[in-house]
Amino acid sequence: MSTTLPPMSQRGFLRWLWRQLTSMKTALILLFLLAIVSIPGSYFPQRGTNPILVDQWIADYPRLGPIFDSIGLFDVFGSPWYSAVYILLFISLIGCVVPRLGVHWRAMRSQPPPAPKNLSRLGGSTFEIEGEVATVIENARELLKKDHWRTVIGQDADGSRWVSAEKGYLRETGNLVFHFSLILILVGVAVGGLFGWRGNVIVREGEGFSNTLTQYDAWGGGRLSSAESLPEFSFTLESFNVEFERGNAQEGAPRLFEAKMIVDRPGVEGSTTHLVEVNEPLVIDSAKVFLVGHGYAPHLIVRDSKGQVVLDDPVVFLPQDGNFTSTGVVKVPDSEPQLGFRGLFLPTSAITEELGPHSIFPAPDDVSVFFGAWAGNLGLDSGISQSVYTLNVDDMTQLGLESLQVGQTWRLPEGAGSIELTGYERWASFQIASDPGKELALIASILAIVGLSLSLFIQRRRVWVKIGQVVEVDQVTEQGSSGTVKVGRVKVEVAGIAKASGHDAIEQVDNIVETLKGQTA
Amino acid sequence: MDFMNSVELVQLADASNNFIYATMVILFIATISFSVSFAAGRRRVRRVEVSPRRVLVESSGSEVRESEGSLAELDPGRRAANIGMSLTWLAGAMLLVGVILRGIWAGRVPWGNMYEFSISSALGILLVFLVWSTQRDLRWLGLFVTIPTLLTLGLAVTVLYTESAQLVPALKSYWLVIHVFAAIVGGGAFTVGAATAGLSLISGKGWFTQLPSREKLEGLTHKVIAFSFPIWTFAVVAGAIWAENAWGRYWGWDPKETWAFITWVIFAAYLHARSTAGWKHQKASVIAIVGWLAFLINYFGVNIFINSLHSYAGV
Ligand code: HEM
Repeated sequence: MSTTLPPMSQRGFLRWLWRQLTSMKTALILLFLLAIVSIPGSYFPQRGTNPILVDQWIADYPRLGPIFDSIGLFDVFGSPWYSAVYILLFISLIGCVVPRLGVHWRAMRSQPPPAPKNLSRLGGSTFEIEGEVATVIENARELLKKDHWRTVIGQDADGSRWVSAEKGYLRETGNLVFHFSLILILVGVAVGGLFGWRGNVIVREGEGFSNTLTQYDAWGGGRLSSAESLPEFSFTLESFNVEFERGNAQEGAPRLFEAKMIVDRPGVEGSTTHLVEVNEPLVIDSAKVFLVGHGYAPHLIVRDSKGQVVLDDPVVFLPQDGNFTSTGVVKVPDSEPQLGFRGLFLPTSAITEELGPHSIFPAPDDVSVFFGAWAGNLGLDSGISQSVYTLNVDDMTQLGLESLQVGQTWRLPEGAGSIELTGYERWASFQIASDPGKELALIASILAIVGLSLSLFIQRRRVWVKIGQVVEVDQVTEQGSSGTVKVGRVKVEVAGIAKASGHDAIEQVDNIVETLKGQTA
Repeated sequence: MDFMNSVELVQLADASNNFIYATMVILFIATISFSVSFAAGRRRVRRVEVSPRRVLVESSGSEVRESEGSLAELDPGRRAANIGMSLTWLAGAMLLVGVILRGIWAGRVPWGNMYEFSISSALGILLVFLVWSTQRDLRWLGLFVTIPTLLTLGLAVTVLYTESAQLVPALKSYWLVIHVFAAIVGGGAFTVGAATAGLSLISGKGWFTQLPSREKLEGLTHKVIAFSFPIWTFAVVAGAIWAENAWGRYWGWDPKETWAFITWVIFAAYLHARSTAGWKHQKASVIAIVGWLAFLINYFGVNIFINSLHSYAGV
């Protein structure tokens, strides 16, 4: 830990604060903090993904629940403390890498520094070869250039000459690209959060949907998204196919589900047919239509006490388990008294002591529906909006319980009317989403990976080749008429270093030595 | 499916299981060989230390092995380590066959449930180790790789075993193949890195005098993690692309995604710690181990204990 005290003047203090914030140590601590504050987000159910579980948690722990809720444990990734950590981290990141950009820019354009006075201290290699100083130096330089080193030639005060070479600038480039890409990813996420929207809708077989706000069961958009300008299109769910595993292993697991959809969009003549599957969404302009779930909708006919049909419709039931034991509610406000039903749809029914009525397979092999019937006041005109999936029985009296199979009718007690199960349909649920930031996030992610790889795999190295004075001049007698010819022998020193700890330049030095020796051999 | 066909398939399943069991037996013997070598190395180091003439050159364990030259081939410790390496190669090959047979049986990539993911991960650990061992002498590391691999396989065949079945629709995507492959290789390397990081913390102490020096182990840890971090990054991005296709959002803070992120952030912290002035590399080794624990939590904890979109694949 540094023990320097903050300076007293205000500007000095701010500068000190900024230096602290953009230090490597702070980045490290903030990264740790980011990991730690993410943990509760994986343990507690989150509003964004699982609002029902959140409500259940709060109901189960009535004392702790509201406290946890108020400190944001059910919305960790939107909480002020989570935001504080990542915003600080990104300020630190920007403050750290922006200055490095300039430094690196200058480094890229400057020449490698001169060779150190004493190369042998760096543990390089020394050898002698025949040749002239200037040619050997020039050869060495050519050699290094061919191998993509940046080189410079120089001469020391004592007359020894050298090539200084450097390689691996892309390491820092990659590192900067990586860190800037992280900022870009954050921008992409923010754009998606502000301008993106998503909605959910349940569509029964044969039913249609057109992309306006009122048709959605649920819709949410970012602060700057516009509900008025949704892309124009509509579709009809022509049919929905689903298959389940019937073998022993993972019995009942879904094997296939696909929705056949007929799509109309402006500017396109006629309708087009599409198969939408789980990993294959339908892309319409900026929106994507995802198939996210499916279930059953028993078709019911309800008659009132006078025998008049007051309801003749498939009613969407929501699956509660993997075998599609599904619950639903039927409200009949147009009868006197008003009628209400709670239903349990079982595609393959079974009854056991402990579980009561439940489904044992998701396919409709043995369909039955259990109903509880109530009569009285549904409370629909109280002004408080009700979910279509809950029945408020405060002002109602229970009439009885009955189970129906397809084609059967239950005559309600006290002549209150009847309910008939004529069949069932399937429904599919779709998520329709638009995220204008996702392309940016993707491109930035790819850049980040490329930058990261450059930064981690490229080594920044320097090597030097140095020749002192010509060491000795051999008198070599050539076999021939002209007598003796002078051939120089020069002493060559080669050494290198790697900038990152744990790495060295031994291999590079060896290569240069080999090649230089080879050239004169 | 006709009768003949299903008989053949059952045989394939049995064959796959047999290869996995055989792998475990071979790995077990390899572990024993490495242990013998380890114990012998320890004795040797002590012997060397009492002989004053050789202490100077050979007091640090790793150099003992390097410098003993041809004499060392007669050394029982070295021979045991060589046997261990050969057996590990054999185990790697057997496991590869076992995993491939499982895939053929299932008619898809063998990554459809925790059992298959575990045997593939064990293969990932072995492959990273074996390929790396062709680059440098890693015999001393064998013991610390075969043990986690054996544990992974043991968990797979006892707790996690699942009959093969087709994939649920959300898993039918080539992004799955890419994503899981990267996660397996990255996780295998994180595991090897955790082994070297752990060893760097105890090297030179008590039982562990013949290990390579602390600095050397820290350098190796950094190399492995520098290799696996970009792969893990890629795995996370590929997972996001897959999620976007399957669920309509590329990132939703599902517990599995959250822990992949936590793992990523911790290893980013590790890389920072390595180059932060004034930070001991020993602390960095601790971070590497913590990162690996996060990876384990993501792998076992989330699938088993936390309700996650990802935990639908038969455990
Ligand atoms: C969003 C937060 C950050 C993440 C995820 C992150 C991640 C990484 C990773 C993975 C590396 C190693 C790979 C490489 O060398 O390029 C790295 C290196 C580096 N980071 Fe960061 N970083 C973050 C923020 C910061 C901040 C705030 C600073 C400045 C204080 C910083 C400064 C550096 C430096 C100087 C290196 C190079 C270290 C070396 O040369 O070995 N990073 N970062």
